[in-house]
Amino acid sequence: MIAILDYGMGNRASVQNALAFLGHESVVTQDPAVIAAATHLILPGVGAFGDGMKAIHERGLDRVMADEIAKGKPLLGICLGMQLLATKGEEGGLHDGLGFIPGTVKRLSAGEVRIPHVGWNDVTPKTGEALFLGTEPNVFYFVHSFALMADDTGDIIATCDYGMPFAAAVRRGKIMGVQFHPEKSQASGLRVLKNFLSIT
Amino acid sequence: MLKVRVMPCLTIKNKRLVKSVQFDEHRNIGSYVAAARVFNGRDVDEMVVLDLDAREQGIDPLILQEITKECFMPLAVGGGVKTLEDVQRLLDLGADKVVVNSGALARPELIQEASARFGAQCVVVSIDAKRIGETWEVFAEGGQRATGLEAVVWAKQAEGLGAGEIFLTSIDQDGMMEGYDTGLIEAISQAVRIPVIASGGAGKPEHAFAAVRAGASAVCAASVFQYTQVTPANFKEFLAKNGVDMRASN
Repeated sequence: MIAILDYGMGNRASVQNALAFLGHESVVTQDPAVIAAATHLILPGVGAFGDGMKAIHERGLDRVMADEIAKGKPLLGICLGMQLLATKGEEGGLHDGLGFIPGTVKRLSAGEVRIPHVGWNDVTPKTGEALFLGTEPNVFYFVHSFALMADDTGDIIATCDYGMPFAAAVRRGKIMGVQFHPEKSQASGLRVLKNFLSIT
Repeated sequence: MLKVRVMPCLTIKNKRLVKSVQFDEHRNIGSYVAAARVFNGRDVDEMVVLDLDAREQGIDPLILQEITKECFMPLAVGGGVKTLEDVQRLLDLGADKVVVNSGALARPELIQEASARFGAQCVVVSIDAKRIGETWEVFAEGGQRATGLEAVVWAKQAEGLGAGEIFLTSIDQDGMMEGYDTGLIEAISQAVRIPVIASGGAGKPEHAFAAVRAGASAVCAASVFQYTQVTPANFKEFLAKNGVDMRASN
């Protein structure tokens, strides 16, 4: 059973549909007992950083996630869910994040390009990275204005370029995050989810 | 590089997939669930779903629930969107973007409110335009009511209110399969900086290339994918061959 963490933000139904298609049962939940019983955790999300952290604190999900991570349970943050893994976020003022991946979430610097970054874009994964096994062609669907700038570049497992290079995916042990939407990125995206579920 | 998208459009009436010609003679062409499954299998970049009955009967959640179970690409969904609650409802049901048309013409603030609450990226303003001499007039209610609004003026206003994209349909070209109205595409894409999705008239891959050259960020088509052997992948291959940055489909 996979737990999709429910903090009231974002596309939970789409993530659940994708997991069902892959043949995996999942539950959208904020119940610590259900989360503790799950094999994998997914932190989805669409919205603003500050609102997201507030909703997570209110439900005590930050502590629940920290406990489960300490037990070695794989966690995947998607879009805002990836950004919340960082130490801090600058969207709408400075906010503390979950602090699982050292780094700061900053606005993509608008130059020649239009913000938000919406659409399909090329992603370059690190060679041999398990999350991107067999995902070629590596083109994924993005919708975001902010990106996680990791303190330790060793945590970055895939990059994308939109006016500036940014982390398309991060990983520290079994804590993972993807800036794009795997549940909306067709076969390549479904493969990322499948790869995540094969990490135990 | 951000890719140019090829998007099939599903129009639904009386719970069936239909296709019109110049916004008239809606012909029943089968099951929208089967069509959604086929297009998902064809690995399309994005899909547009428009429920023509929603304007009078309200949004039918079942339609979207059936489609989202089959589709793992971004979905732009419209039909009968009048209020912020309608937008919220479609997003909760699995839409990634919400298409507003008559609702925004009746109350332009809807664009502003939806953009502020959910982000510009999910607000697609649909413009149905008919050529009148050298300009284009905006029509509401599925092409039935002339608004007197000039399409370029309305597109600019929509952008100013926070629209994330313009879904631009030529009523004259709809269902004709004789090519997009490239003059319309050019006029609108030069007037706004947000992406313009060209719709109405595609009959072959060359038409899609003409639309992209006219400034479209995405090309939408229905008849050509539903009545002929041509697939979205054929469009993409042709565009890629002509130097347009595309996402390869499986």
